[in-house]
Amino acid sequence: MGFSLKIAFRFLKSNIGQTILIAFGIAIGVSVQIFIGSLIQGLQKDLVEKTVGSSAHVTILPEKNTGGISDYSSKVSEVLKVDGVKYVSTSVDKNAFLKSTNDSYPILMRGLNLNKANEIYKLDSRIIEGNKPSNDNEILIGTDLQKELECKIGDIYQIVTPEGIKKDFVISGIFDFKVAALNKLWIIANSNAVQQLFNLDGKVTSIEIQVNDVFAADSIATVFEQSNNNLVVQNWKAQNAQLLSGLTGQSISSIMIQVFVMISVVLGIASVLAISVSQKSKQIGILKAMGINNTKASLVFLFQGIMLGILGATLGIAFGLGLAWSFTKFAVTADGLPVIALYIDMNFILLSGIVAVMASSIASIIPAINSSKLDPMEVIRNG
Amino acid sequence: MAKIIELKSVSKTYEKGIKTKVLHDICLDFEEGSFSSIIGQSGSGKTTLLNIIGTLDKPSSGEIYIDGKRTDLMKKSELAFLRNKSIGFVFQFHYLLPQFTVLENVLLPYQINNKRTSKEAIERATELLNIVGLSDVINKNSGMISGGQQQRTAIARALMNNPKIILADEPTGNLDSESTENIYNILRDINEKFKTTFIIITHDRRIAEKADRIIEIKDGKIEMDLYK
Repeated sequence: MGFSLKIAFRFLKSNIGQTILIAFGIAIGVSVQIFIGSLIQGLQKDLVEKTVGSSAHVTILPEKNTGGISDYSSKVSEVLKVDGVKYVSTSVDKNAFLKSTNDSYPILMRGLNLNKANEIYKLDSRIIEGNKPSNDNEILIGTDLQKELECKIGDIYQIVTPEGIKKDFVISGIFDFKVAALNKLWIIANSNAVQQLFNLDGKVTSIEIQVNDVFAADSIATVFEQSNNNLVVQNWKAQNAQLLSGLTGQSISSIMIQVFVMISVVLGIASVLAISVSQKSKQIGILKAMGINNTKASLVFLFQGIMLGILGATLGIAFGLGLAWSFTKFAVTADGLPVIALYIDMNFILLSGIVAVMASSIASIIPAINSSKLDPMEVIRNG
Repeated sequence: MAKIIELKSVSKTYEKGIKTKVLHDICLDFEEGSFSSIIGQSGSGKTTLLNIIGTLDKPSSGEIYIDGKRTDLMKKSELAFLRNKSIGFVFQFHYLLPQFTVLENVLLPYQINNKRTSKEAIERATELLNIVGLSDVINKNSGMISGGQQQRTAIARALMNNPKIILADEPTGNLDSESTENIYNILRDINEKFKTTFIIITHDRRIAEKADRIIEIKDGKIEMDLYK
């Protein structure tokens, strides 16, 4: 073992140019792998965060034609007991119209438990002007609707329900969810205001839940579904199947790129080491004549592969992290934030390194076998 | 004196391509501490004979005993171990490892089967290099010394594990006459000092005549076996 390691080390050291060249080859492979992996993971996390970061992951709706969930406080405490649930809020949602002097706009009145809903919707950071409603007469409107109405905080508008009930509300603030449809459709008030307007005393129209692991939303939804078979349970995964299949596709193509990068690295190492066996055949031959056995002779090349792998992987991790760092530093948007926030996962990076070392070891198997088979007589005869 | 090498009816046929019988029924033995030379024209089979004695090649038939142990039936790993302990080779070309210094090259046979290099081993290697007159270049890279020096390093290397047998195939084939003379004197000195058995292939009759015994091989048979 030690003897083979020593010879392997000397072989690599004596051919330092070749060694650096292969190590760089592996390093570039590993760094590309780390960079692409971190980029895709970051992209996916960003996309999922943008899609469901500020909305309900699981929504519990009442049975059809019941108008609402009446015993909602017991349901909420039941939901809170389930593992993986982060935030729970209730909401009273009803369609209505907002009247202006010469037009009326279809809207969705959302009566939220403003403190609880803040956790899910991050309302505080969404309000770009004014404040949250502080009483039952105040509402928040979206920035797109505000532009259309050309209104300002303190203006009073009438809201009409489909049943013809009318009530005046004061605009207390303006929100921006970065989605035009929501900014135009939603009107946010507190639950009481909406319950009163629609005569829904003691009832909510949905229980909204955020979970810790967004990808576990479907299994958590199933738990509720089984214990509450009279309620309708929805989860974001079922409603965003296309996004999810997009993410899966992206993951697969990322893995494909990584696999092919590794294959090219393996082929590179294998061919250089194979040449190295024939370059060093005289030396292997004389070592065999001196009594080195075939196992030790093959270990010389296996160790070279492993050492090249370790050297290349270490360099590659450094390059990859450097590349990721410069990407987040230089590929930035106008306001100085990275175009894509990379996700640096140390486990993934470590795995890439280990894969590179394993690939290099595998690449050295054929040269190692050739070295083991080498007949000292051939070398000496042709010497 | 005890017989260190014994060949009983050794034949060798190369099967690849055209069948060629290189050695015919060779029966030979060598006494411990003897100094023998093998001569013969190229293609006579002398190198094949030496390789078979040195366990680098296997006979097609016949038996070979080294130090009383039959080698033609041994496994490759056993042979490797036997070569390491009992046989030293000197070839026409030195085959030093250019990645190592002169001293490190001499130590290689020792390190193959010893995890740590003892102080005694280094002392022995240094002493052997002294004997072959290389004390000045001990730490030089083995690629940076002259051809004669390289061949003398190879001799020191062959002696490192204190083998009972040294097999040399045209050890001075690449050297000028002065170096050749020098190397033979070294080999004789070692033979006397360590009682190492020497078998040397040479095409140079002048050199062969310095040996205690001259064996001439012709067409795979022993043509002459002369003791002085």
